[in-house]
Amino acid sequence: MHLTSPSFKENSARALADAPLQRALAKVPLGFIDKRRAAADALPEFEALRDKAVEIKNHALKHLDLYLEAFAEKVEAAGGTVHWAADAEAARAIVLDLARKRGAKSVTKSKSMISEEIELNDFLEQNGIQPVETDLGEYIIQLRHEHPSHIIAPAIHVNRDQVEADFRRAHADLDPQRDLSDPRSLLAEARQVLRRRYGEADMGITGANFLVAETGSAVIVTNEGNADLTQLLGKCHVVIASIEKIVPTLEDASQLLRVLARSATGQDMSVYTTVVTGPKRAEDLDGPEEFHVVLLDNGRSAMLGTEFEEALRCIRCGACMNHCPVYQTIGGHAYGWVYPGPIGAVLTPSLIGVEDAAHLPNASTFCGRCEEVCPVRIPLPKLMRHWREREFERHLQPAPMRWGLGLWAFAARRPALYRWGTSLVAPLLSRMAGKKQRFSSLPLAGGWTKGRDLPAPEGKTFMQQWAERRSAAGKAKA
Amino acid sequence: MATSPRETMLARIRQAAAGGVSQAERRKAVAARLAEHPKGIVPARGQIDREGRVALFTEMAGRAGARVQRIATYDALPGAVADWLRAANLPAEVIMSGDPRLAAAPFETTALSIRNGASDGSDLTGLSHAEGAIAESGTLVVLSGPDNPNSLNYLPDNHLVALSADDVEGAMEPFWQRLRMHYGEGAMPRSVNLITGPSRSADIEQTLLIGAHGPRELVVFLIG
Ligand code: SF4
Repeated sequence: MHLTSPSFKENSARALADAPLQRALAKVPLGFIDKRRAAADALPEFEALRDKAVEIKNHALKHLDLYLEAFAEKVEAAGGTVHWAADAEAARAIVLDLARKRGAKSVTKSKSMISEEIELNDFLEQNGIQPVETDLGEYIIQLRHEHPSHIIAPAIHVNRDQVEADFRRAHADLDPQRDLSDPRSLLAEARQVLRRRYGEADMGITGANFLVAETGSAVIVTNEGNADLTQLLGKCHVVIASIEKIVPTLEDASQLLRVLARSATGQDMSVYTTVVTGPKRAEDLDGPEEFHVVLLDNGRSAMLGTEFEEALRCIRCGACMNHCPVYQTIGGHAYGWVYPGPIGAVLTPSLIGVEDAAHLPNASTFCGRCEEVCPVRIPLPKLMRHWREREFERHLQPAPMRWGLGLWAFAARRPALYRWGTSLVAPLLSRMAGKKQRFSSLPLAGGWTKGRDLPAPEGKTFMQQWAERRSAAGKAKA
Repeated sequence: MATSPRETMLARIRQAAAGGVSQAERRKAVAARLAEHPKGIVPARGQIDREGRVALFTEMAGRAGARVQRIATYDALPGAVADWLRAANLPAEVIMSGDPRLAAAPFETTALSIRNGASDGSDLTGLSHAEGAIAESGTLVVLSGPDNPNSLNYLPDNHLVALSADDVEGAMEPFWQRLRMHYGEGAMPRSVNLITGPSRSADIEQTLLIGAHGPRELVVFLIG
């Protein structure tokens, strides 16, 4: 996808002024937050399971090479093939080659963030192969030529009436008089149209939530059942997954599944959790004839062994963005790349370079809610702070910010100077602010005051007030 | 000599992940975990007796939108299926898995028209047999295999599932153990389908709608 992270500020301003988007975003907290809370509260072992999830992921990452080897061996033993892709380009070439070998003209796909990361759809189209997204949300945004704005609810930024207009445009062969006012009729129409597409597909591409080293299985979770139809009807099933999806055993996958759906949608289990291993067996009556797994690195191995390794524990539940006040205000597209929200602010600089993503780690109020709800306890605020530090070291911040911080640091190291300076400025600002005692605009702080007023200081500094109160208290006691 | 992408990737990962620990030690840790598959935390909720598990499964599956109907024996299954179809105003036609327990049930005593095999998508109602169920979350465990084509679970609008009450376990873990016993360590059927309620989507304005790509109705006949 076209990278727009460098213009994060402009993206955000546009998002704030986008009325339909703001209408859609208002619903984010209503759905996800309460449901997650209720599901977590209903399971007494939930917090202990989160600790287990951390342990499992850490162990898997520490032994990642060995578990990947074990996984590949089992996939091959079950009659499947593993492909190793160091970067996006390699992954795209592998998928295209598989499609060409089968003479595929159309491929069905179930939601995969990795597919977004490697920009697979555009690439397939350029090569004459039609990708068909089957997850309802993904289907909607494919019709709109957009990208997902949320990792589990890709069309969360789209309103119902927009979907209706898209369907009328895209499904021109259907009766123009049909009633689509009920969301259920939209769902039924998508189901009907996509059933036909499934029939035409020569290949089915899915992501994976987990890869199990013990058995060479991919664990694929959906609520719609679209991933199951994708692999069942596609004749050739291709799983594309990044290397950190590996877990050692089926039991480990079970521990993670117990926190995944609860954190994501507040369900105890998603509707379909499917553990697939190899192609259909000789005696099976249906299922794909071929099974391929594409293992993608694309910058992840460079995070191993660094302070950012912890971000590789992510199981893509979406809780951090659902609970993020910044995400709730600007939505996912403003982040400008594949992964939005707090995890996006940490991953994007790691995967595409901090030069292009320098703004993202600053998109935080440091309220800490993301870390509180993250099922694998990724210290997201701390990791964002690490990026800010690196960014400062590398002089990637704008000059006024660097001068300002430099001036502040100079004074802060000299307490007498600092006190003298603030005692001059505080009464001055207080007088300037007038009766309202608030600034609605300030030079050099336009970005800050555009969205809110700055309360003026009360005329005396904290240190002055503190000294006065202490002496007053001393007198009262005496 | 050029190395393969596999070797290059693995070497890079090994170097970053190992953190100074010897390769022998790391191999030992991995082999041990794969052999022992430690269970971790299994919620107390499902660790109860048979009747408790059946009751919990019924409650949890119901919450997920499935209908659970308990019948005494396999002999009562054909009648229960026919009754359900009639009440739902559906044609008396079913595509059925070849599971021996279903094959032995007296379907000839009903007016149902039964077909065996995989579904091509034109069937309104499918009937499969579950390997078991998970009480903790109200989840059915359905294995693919020559007797249970996977298409029966996903293509028909109405998915009917026969489940023996003896096969209701508290949690997911006993099934992993069962699969190891049946297929051997590290081997699996093509697909293990864990199904919790009928298919759904909340992709339009976060409104939950039942009946996305998969079945709109999930009906469990709990036997025994
Ligand atoms: S960082 Fe944590 S909360 Fe965010 S998507 Fe990943 S696992 Fe979920």
